[in-house]
Amino acid sequence: MHLKNDNSLFEYLVRLGDDRLILGHRLSEWCGHAPILEEDIALANIAQDCIGHATHFLNAASEVENKIKTADELTYFRDAIDYKNLLIMELPKGDFAFTIVRQFLVDSFTFLLYEKLQNSGNKFISDITTKALKEVQYHLRHSSQWVLRLGDGTELSHEKTQNALNILWLYTNEMFESDEIENSPSLKNFITKSSDLESEWENKVISHLQNATLKIPEMQTNYLSGGRRGIHTEHLGHLLSEMQIVARTYPGAKW
Amino acid sequence: MVDLELTFEKNLSIGQKIEPRDWMPENYRKQLIRLISQHAHSEIVGMLPEGNWITRAPSLRRKIALLAKVQDEAGHGLYLYCAAETLGISREEMFDQLHTKKAKYSSIFNYPTLTWADIGMIGWLVDGAAIINQTTMAKCSYGPYSRGLLRICKEENFHKIQGMEIVGILCSGTNEQKEMAQESLNRWWWPSLMMFGPHDTNSPNSSDLMKWKIKIKSNDELRQRFVDMTVEQAKVFGLTIPDPELKFNTETRSWETGEINWDEFYSVINGNGLCNNERISARRSAYEDNSWVRDAATSYKIKKNKKAEAA
Ligand SMILES: [Fe+2]
Ligand SMILES: [Fe+2]
Repeated sequence: MHLKNDNSLFEYLVRLGDDRLILGHRLSEWCGHAPILEEDIALANIAQDCIGHATHFLNAASEVENKIKTADELTYFRDAIDYKNLLIMELPKGDFAFTIVRQFLVDSFTFLLYEKLQNSGNKFISDITTKALKEVQYHLRHSSQWVLRLGDGTELSHEKTQNALNILWLYTNEMFESDEIENSPSLKNFITKSSDLESEWENKVISHLQNATLKIPEMQTNYLSGGRRGIHTEHLGHLLSEMQIVARTYPGAKW
Repeated sequence: MVDLELTFEKNLSIGQKIEPRDWMPENYRKQLIRLISQHAHSEIVGMLPEGNWITRAPSLRRKIALLAKVQDEAGHGLYLYCAAETLGISREEMFDQLHTKKAKYSSIFNYPTLTWADIGMIGWLVDGAAIINQTTMAKCSYGPYSRGLLRICKEENFHKIQGMEIVGILCSGTNEQKEMAQESLNRWWWPSLMMFGPHDTNSPNSSDLMKWKIKIKSNDELRQRFVDMTVEQAKVFGLTIPDPELKFNTETRSWETGEINWDEFYSVINGNGLCNNERISARRSAYEDNSWVRDAATSYKIKKNKKAEAA
């Protein structure tokens, strides 16, 4: 990998942006199809927040690179291998249990991360995460409550939620992998290494899942990762081909 | 009984709103339930054709705005179901009527959204027509519905502005974008005129509804208002209204259109539109396939209450 000296900040902002964009996309797929009308509203609301955060991060990334590409160009004219989101974000929305468990695992992570990033020495990062944190706190409350209802609801809902957790657990380790970007000297006072968040995340998440009567999956050796390097599941390409179709069909057009 | 009826008539005549606890004629109640639930169904079925483009919206800003709009429609639906519930029907019953095709919803949502321009066209024309219908209906005699509509109309106005912005940008864009807008208008123009319902002479429910002030203006009056407004807006966009018979009547100072294709209107209402089946089956499966979620929430609540009692 060829890294320019100051490329790390751009890369880092793109990661944060891609995480929110892809998760928001998956959430938006529920719009009009949710189990209750109140959830159509809640999930659409959370999806807007996520895509809003993505817009801010990608705008910041664009600024850092002297606007070689705008946030929209980064969104609509990048291929899957150039997307840097965590794999957990791109998995198909599945049933409501899958969506909720993913949301809970990710919200818990995002909350801890933004809480730290608020104090970043980089103004982009601190401004965006300070504002986003309030929204993420609401997202976490929403997903936490649903984890309880589904995990400790009926036998059927428990089973579906446990199945979702068993699959999603494989993708959680990737959240805490700190690679050469996170370790880059130029980011030293700007970021918190995600590996530093792992034990707190684990404590909080495990105790809540147990409250919801769910069983924590055995420690896996086959954790999956690759998103930060652009190595994705096959799902992302399809997601992007849908997301990008109009923009790419009419390059140069304004909307 | 006579007294109650007199009070009701008197309230109507002095423009006092009827409230849920007031006595009302059984048929007034029935007609209101029909109207309000039909409106609520239109809001939530209306989420589908637009929701169809959320994942493909061509810019981040448009994507967020469209999500917000569809979320608003869900909010309208929720609000209206609650208003209907004040008349003694449950949300489940109303859903059941929708899913078994006993209840109607606005036929316009049985047309497919085929291009991005359709999202602009729906905001401009469909929300535009809804605003004309609903600001008039906001003067209706039933309190909860009237107040709900006032709130809803504010948001619909915002949707219309958003839609016109999308259409405006397409019309000042590339040739392909202009063509996309024109082609979309060609498909949506006539169905939006149909949104106002049949001609007054063929509108079976109208006279009772007008007597009870749950209908204020006739279908044709409202349609005319829409046509006059929209023809002028189309000119500004540089779009052509797809009606060769459209002409300005200098005496009435309003635009006269050619005849609406009423066969198509009744055919779509009766279930033969391109998307009737998709719309109902999407709503049905959202509800039925996810019944386990609602069961879980209920069961969790019961458990929690029991624990609280025991403590
Ligand atoms: Fe609406
Ligand atoms: Fe609307």
